Amino acid sequence: MSIAADDGPGMVARAFRHRSFAIGAVLTGLVIAAALVSLFWTPYSAIELAVPRKLRPPSAEHPFGTDHFGRDILSMIMVGARNSIVVGVVAVAIGCSIGTALGLLAAARRGWVEELVMRFSDFTFAFPAILSAIMITALLGPGTINSILAIGIFNVPVFARLARGAASTIWARDFILAARAAGKGQARITVEHVLPNILSIVIVQATIAFALAILAEAGLSYLGLGTQPPLPSWGRMLNDAQTFMYDAPYLAVFPGLAIAVAVLGLNLLGDGLRDLIDPRLARKR
Amino acid sequence: MTLLAVEDLTVSLPTRRGWARAVRDLSFALDRGQTLGLVGESGCGKSMTALALMGLQPEGARVAGRIALDGEDLLTLDEADLCRIRGNRMAMIFQEPMTALNPLQPIGRQVSEPLRLHRRVGRAEAEREAVRLLDRVGLPNAAQRAHAHPHMLSGGQRQRAMIAMALACGPDLLIADEPTTALDVTIQGQILDLVIELVDERGMALILITHDLGVIAETVDRVIVMYGGAGVEEASSEALFDYRAHPYSQGLFAALPQIGLARGARLEPIPGTVPDLADLPDACTFVDRCPIAAGACRAAPPPPLAVARGHRARCIRLEEARNRSIR
Repeated sequence: MSIAADDGPGMVARAFRHRSFAIGAVLTGLVIAAALVSLFWTPYSAIELAVPRKLRPPSAEHPFGTDHFGRDILSMIMVGARNSIVVGVVAVAIGCSIGTALGLLAAARRGWVEELVMRFSDFTFAFPAILSAIMITALLGPGTINSILAIGIFNVPVFARLARGAASTIWARDFILAARAAGKGQARITVEHVLPNILSIVIVQATIAFALAILAEAGLSYLGLGTQPPLPSWGRMLNDAQTFMYDAPYLAVFPGLAIAVAVLGLNLLGDGLRDLIDPRLARKR
Repeated sequence: MTLLAVEDLTVSLPTRRGWARAVRDLSFALDRGQTLGLVGESGCGKSMTALALMGLQPEGARVAGRIALDGEDLLTLDEADLCRIRGNRMAMIFQEPMTALNPLQPIGRQVSEPLRLHRRVGRAEAEREAVRLLDRVGLPNAAQRAHAHPHMLSGGQRQRAMIAMALACGPDLLIADEPTTALDVTIQGQILDLVIELVDERGMALILITHDLGVIAETVDRVIVMYGGAGVEEASSEALFDYRAHPYSQGLFAALPQIGLARGARLEPIPGTVPDLADLPDACTFVDRCPIAAGACRAAPPPPLAVARGHRARCIRLEEARNRSIR
């Protein structure tokens, strides 16, 4: 990103002195690492059943214990991390790209285009996102792809509003008038001048939307509308754990912790990024 | 053929109380190599004139009259055609060099963009030309500075970069909207000298907008004094500094501090305040503040009357104004 480019090597050092950014980066890194490692190796299979080993409490052999089918919880959480990240990344990418594009269009065109985009986003905002996601997955059928679509669609208006607001303030700046005086058209100005100037805000929002998407995916899976068995997912692990609440409480603790770590990490990372990118702070350097 | 012919240019802005005419019936003509100054206080319509010439008036504004660039009426062109003319045949320098450059792009890139846009020059070639332009406008170490972002340059250096950007495609018409107002005095002189030098060197026409009469005296051939959106007096700058025919111009010059004025002598202010454009009647715009206004002044907008050859004023009481100025 261009802001980082001016700052040279100081940017990274400064970033890690920022407490929320550092904690957020470590927690998020942990989740991403777990997901990456699960691609090559998990302590046990996260899918195959091993009923003789069922419901073992945490031990050296199974650090997080085993579930009612004898599967290793740690392995399931690692694979679940992968699932959560894929759903989150794709859903946010859909929402962010379509939403930002619509917001930029609205700010550039004004008039009825802007009205249409904003009223559409008001309309989608009027329905609670999770409830609508439940409705969409109930209609289209449960599954990973449909839950990605459902979460993605409800990120579109979030990014459309954010991008429209930020882009409108950029359009009012002098250098946009100067660019117009140089003969640049709307599309060119949007791509060359407006987008780079709102990118930092969009990135911060994407980080936070990512956390919300992970939470939403867990919610959908908990209700059985998200990722389907046998692939493990954090939300469904929580649902399974409910049955054994008194016999094996650790079944709920570890997936719950995983969700908390991922969401907290991404929120802190987003907060940290926002502070670091904020020009008022940047100038104090 | 005249490069720029403006006839009865009127710019109306929508307000809550109806249309406000920010520019009313402004006419002038300009040839290559000629320089014209638009002078007046804040809100007199000089910047709006510049924006309307570029086709950059605010959204919802109505522009009427005729703006002919080499005989082609710009008001009949669509946005795509205007984009081909802006930055190419006519270019503009802005008041605030601190904010008129994109903070995220190196200045060399910004100077090279009009070339890439209008001349279809490749990136490397355009950036080499940008360095030559930056060098020409007096930016020290142009080759290195081309990679600098705007915040790494001083105000004067940024204004030089803005000028380089405006000059990139060798425009026929350069519009400079208060190009030195945001700069400190020593830099002001340098920037003005540079603009004039470049105008001479390239045979461009220049429209210089300013509220600073000193700037006008040093730089331009002709002056239009604007008040309330109307061009109240037009003359060569020599003639204007010699004799002001319009009561507003007289007041403007009387309010100017001068070296050699007696100690304790008071500057003469123009009584009243700048009128709200939405309230102005269809009459002389200066009537409410004019010391010699008469009933006829409220009846209709005054036509431009000849004061001398090439010197006109929109005032129907030129005789009274002359007597008053002699007294």
